Amino acid sequence: MLLHDTGLIYGRYLRQSLRSRFALLFGVLMPLLYLLFFGPLLTDLPLGGRGSSWQVLVPGLLLQLGLFGASFAGFSIIIENSQGVVERMRVTPVSRLALLLGRVLRDATVFAFQAVLLVLAALVMGLRAPLPGVLIGFAFVALLTVSLASLSYALAMKVRTPQEFGPTINALTMPSMLLSGLMLPMTLGPVWLDVLSHLMPFRYLVDAVRDAYVGSYATAHMLYGVLVALGFTALAVTVGTRVFRTAGA
Amino acid sequence: MAIISTAGLARTFATKRGPVEAVRGIDLTVREGEILGFLGPNGAGKTTTLRMLTTLLAPTGGAATVAGHDLATDPAGVRAACGYVAQSGGVDTQITAREELVTQGRLYRLSRARAVERADELARDLDLTGLLDRKCGALSGGQRRRLDIAMALTHRPKVLFLDEPTTGLDPGSRAGLWDLVRRLRDEHGTTVFLTTHYLDEADALSDRLVVVDDGVVVAEGTPAALKLEYGGSPDASLQDTFLAVTGRSAAPAADAAPVAV
Repeated sequence: MLLHDTGLIYGRYLRQSLRSRFALLFGVLMPLLYLLFFGPLLTDLPLGGRGSSWQVLVPGLLLQLGLFGASFAGFSIIIENSQGVVERMRVTPVSRLALLLGRVLRDATVFAFQAVLLVLAALVMGLRAPLPGVLIGFAFVALLTVSLASLSYALAMKVRTPQEFGPTINALTMPSMLLSGLMLPMTLGPVWLDVLSHLMPFRYLVDAVRDAYVGSYATAHMLYGVLVALGFTALAVTVGTRVFRTAGA
Repeated sequence: MAIISTAGLARTFATKRGPVEAVRGIDLTVREGEILGFLGPNGAGKTTTLRMLTTLLAPTGGAATVAGHDLATDPAGVRAACGYVAQSGGVDTQITAREELVTQGRLYRLSRARAVERADELARDLDLTGLLDRKCGALSGGQRRRLDIAMALTHRPKVLFLDEPTTGLDPGSRAGLWDLVRRLRDEHGTTVFLTTHYLDEADALSDRLVVVDDGVVVAEGTPAALKLEYGGSPDASLQDTFLAVTGRSAAPAADAAPVAV
């Protein structure tokens, strides 16, 4: 039943995404601008890693895409709540977990698609990376999307108004982006900043994807990245399901 | 034969300003096949009660059974037996009525083919044929309401909960909706539990009325019995009866400041 229901909810929201093709492409605009106008600045800078500057930047941009995109996923549920769609579904026998999973899997699909577009653009700009590494990068984007979208939906069910939701998400995403070293490796900075960034779960994901992009798959970074990504996803989906199960006032 | 019975059903919300008792303790029974009008002033706890009875909101006190299923221990059974139309309806304005109806059928675990069939059946029954391929947002208020009700009837529920179903409808659409509610009861034996602020509607449609105020039941009976008991005569208007029951006076209270001079 969970599979059936998840598929059903997934289909409903995927059709919704496909209807707004503009939004589908627009999501990739911000990382694309970074790629075009920020990427070339890094070409000759010593970034401390192996490989080219693109192999450092593109993993960061991929996770930035997931971070900013998925964090705002909850907006759609605020609209649906005001239309009564969520409650209408919650009085049917549909699995509560499916109401969440169908949505977040849709989000993961959309962001994986945007990630592919971004990587294709990066290839044109000069990125060269091993295919398995690139695929591992997509998997991390998908996991990050699932976890952040779950939390975003949970928050949106709690706060209920766009006026509360938007500023809260902004306040959380900006420091997350800066502290996780999405743009530049945190190892370039002073020790305190590097230490602080280790408190940010996304730091481990970006380190892992950067390793994957230079073809190093059996590293400590990769291990921590996988553990953090899976743990964070499990936590976020649990929180999300709880909210969907009990959502009341 | 009671299809809904509640005992001390209560809900307290925790807010920043302390607990708010939206529903203090509702005791009521609804008989099978009855059209029950659930009345009360704004904020009396009508919608909260409805949301508890439809499993959307967990009660903080008391118990209830709906169609033989206990609210606390068998919410899935309650969901399978009842349909609910919220004040706001519950369809996505951007997609077609057909898509919403088919998805709703699938949410009730109908096969794809059966869900498509059921959408057509419901459309015929609720006079929506010809509108199925329109976006929900392009339907008129009355059409939209019929769609909302069609969605709630997908699984032929024994009990249908309607929260202010005719608010904002024109007189023609309202009359059509009343006919629909009566037909559901007469043809399918559906029990209808509806809230309304229109007392003519409650009078015309309900077999029995339950009046709540401040989160408790303050009166119940047939419209005629309530008029006699509270309005002083069987010919009293339900409006006067309602005001007498809830202690709300139509005339401004002596200490109330004038709203405008």
